[in-house]
Amino acid sequence: MTLYDMKPGQEGTVRSIGEKGPTRKRIMDMGVTPGARIKIVKVAPLGDPLEVNVRGYELSLRKAEAKQISVEC
Amino acid sequence: MTYTIGLAGNPNSGKTTLFNELTGSRQHVGNWPGVTVDKKEGIYRKNKEYKILDLPGTYSLSPYSAEEIIARDYIIKEKPDVVINIVDGTSIERNLYLTLQIMETGIPLVVAVNMMDEVEAKGDVIDCKSLSENLGVQVIPIVAKNRRGLDELMEAVSQTILLKKTEEKITKKPVVFDKMLLGIIEEIKESLNSADESKKYWTAVKLAEADEVVLESITKEEQQKVKGILERAEKEKSLDIEAEIADQRYRFITSVTGKAVKKKSSVHVETKSDKIDRILTNRFLALPIFAGIMYLLFACTFSENFLFVPGLQSPGVWLAGLAEAGWGALTGLLENVIAGASPWLFSLVIDGIMGGIGAVIGFLPLILVLFILISFLEDSGYMARVAFVMDRLFRRFGLSGRSFIPLLMGFGCGVPAIAATRTLESEKDRKITTIITGFMPCGAKVPIFAMFVSVLFADSNKTLVTFSIYMLSIAVAITVSLLLNKFVYKSTASNFVMELPQYRIPTLKSVGIHGYEKIKDFAVKAGTIILLSTIFLWLLSNFNLNSFNGKNAAANEDNSIMSEMDESFLAGFGNVAAPIFKPLGFGAWRPTVGIVTGWIAKENVVVTFAQLYDDDITEEYLQGFFSNYSEQELTDLGFTDGIYNFEEAEGIYTETILFEGGDEHALTTMQDDIADKAAAYAYMVFNLLCMPCFAAVGAMKRELKTWKMTGFAIGIQMGTAYIVALLIYQIGRWFV
Repeated sequence: MTLYDMKPGQEGTVRSIGEKGPTRKRIMDMGVTPGARIKIVKVAPLGDPLEVNVRGYELSLRKAEAKQISVEC
Repeated sequence: MTYTIGLAGNPNSGKTTLFNELTGSRQHVGNWPGVTVDKKEGIYRKNKEYKILDLPGTYSLSPYSAEEIIARDYIIKEKPDVVINIVDGTSIERNLYLTLQIMETGIPLVVAVNMMDEVEAKGDVIDCKSLSENLGVQVIPIVAKNRRGLDELMEAVSQTILLKKTEEKITKKPVVFDKMLLGIIEEIKESLNSADESKKYWTAVKLAEADEVVLESITKEEQQKVKGILERAEKEKSLDIEAEIADQRYRFITSVTGKAVKKKSSVHVETKSDKIDRILTNRFLALPIFAGIMYLLFACTFSENFLFVPGLQSPGVWLAGLAEAGWGALTGLLENVIAGASPWLFSLVIDGIMGGIGAVIGFLPLILVLFILISFLEDSGYMARVAFVMDRLFRRFGLSGRSFIPLLMGFGCGVPAIAATRTLESEKDRKITTIITGFMPCGAKVPIFAMFVSVLFADSNKTLVTFSIYMLSIAVAITVSLLLNKFVYKSTASNFVMELPQYRIPTLKSVGIHGYEKIKDFAVKAGTIILLSTIFLWLLSNFNLNSFNGKNAAANEDNSIMSEMDESFLAGFGNVAAPIFKPLGFGAWRPTVGIVTGWIAKENVVVTFAQLYDDDITEEYLQGFFSNYSEQELTDLGFTDGIYNFEEAEGIYTETILFEGGDEHALTTMQDDIADKAAAYAYMVFNLLCMPCFAAVGAMKRELKTWKMTGFAIGIQMGTAYIVALLIYQIGRWFV
């Protein structure tokens, strides 16, 4: 499953991150790498982006980016 | 001997606080060539030999934003003597990622772990000694905001500089990557002939990471070799090298922090910040709270009826009033002093110089108040939530959620609004927002709408007409943003991978320094532009050729060489330029001059109209007009003792009645030039969208940095104004 499919409060482990390119690079630079624990904190009031907790801090990602991140719960 | 020290770190890591504490007031802001990013330099207050440079806040040294490229170019090319890497102790893992990348460059490094007070408050422990042993660099715990550990930090910096001089190596470099990756990096390194020896390792790592900027910097031949090595390695070992590098860096960090960081509780506990965030970005409360905070931001800066109390001025308006009154008093004093001077000198000093500086001074309080509030939002962590809340909406317009603040402020005054584009993260967003903020119907444009709507739309629903102009400005701003995104900046898919920092209580000092710096910077950089252009226009509107051949002096009673505005150079220019506006419905010299004087301040359009159509504002007319007013009403308007007199009437008529649209029969001869509703609407729209006032242009230049970029921005605004006004007139004339 992907990060997009997870519900707020759910936690998982990152497996892989989509296509090569600047966005993937940015996501990995920010600590979302294979093996990292990731938790959905909440969804923004207008429905997008998401707030996740990874490596002890809060990160926001758009849903389109969350779809690229495959996770294991 | 001076040493340069680069200060690097993640955004929100307390970098600016550390910089301020180290340099005190001995700092100045410049800019990095070619980009809209500030360059801050300062001298260490306890040792003049240390020059400290504040690098832009970045999360990594990948070349994906102007900030990252600046930070890494500086470290790689300028080679500072030492880099201080400030690390936020509360999210140490992500912060150390940048640390590892700086270490890869081979530049001497000292790590400062900040926010130790918060770490301790949580009950966690960071063993800096252990970190230091495992990273092979000095690691000093600090609390930047109350100066804890700063002397130790600078002592470590001195030691590192000395060590470098004697070429002595105390510690060995840590091994971050595994054998396989190191093998590949080594192989790439050997294929590089052109790179400088000291940079080879870094270059090789970046090439393995598929860094396009570094790839461009090596020879064609080398590029082929490197591509070959990477393709073969990826195929043979079926791995994704780029991902592997990021992954192994984080693995290394986890192993280091595993030894050095002891968390009180292993599970994620809800912090105070989380609790605040649960309310502030709650699904139902987030938008009302957001609206409330934005209202306060606007009201504190611009409101005449602060917190809905009639007549209570907001801090911004109150301070601006004080500043203007003070400047007015000074101008009055000066008027008495130089009363005997020749008319042109008197006018130069009073209307040109004092008027020009006065324009700058009037804006300073607004900028001060807005920036104190913005830096409060920024330092408290709420600014990131503004982007989080508004992202979905603004993304559709090709902007970031943070663009909301400059655009909202643009309804009050474009000058502080444009200065507020500083808070935007991407350079592209900063440029586009600066351009479209000029389209907003600021307070000074309101009198223009009021006058034209009251005279030419007297029989229509005036509120609706004015409202339609507001809507139009938003529609134009969105359209221009989308077009710029598509055709000028050709933006690749943007992302929103952004940190939502912890909520923190900002320190008064940092908020204060921020506000002070901003107004100082505005006064100097934008002030010069504002003053010079005001004087230039003063020259154009008060002189003509006869000023210099003695004819004016002979004709004028007081021997003044100045001319009336309708005979000035500006009027001449108006005559020449007027045909350009023919297709827009107002191709006459007087409306053209109005547009130009509007660049000094937009409300001047109305003042100029009153001057140029003065046949309509005769003594009889004014007497007739004010005869309908009671004594009380006349007092309220500002007549002394509530008695009509012609001296005061002209000013009151222009700046109160016309500004507020209080006379439906005003300026009848104006309708010779602007004949119908279509032309009037087109004229209002042109003034709304064309180049903003000089003060705003000064702010634009300040934010866009180059004249080329500022000229481009003005070109876009002028072009947009012309096209939209043309469409309105050409379509509108069939309906009126």
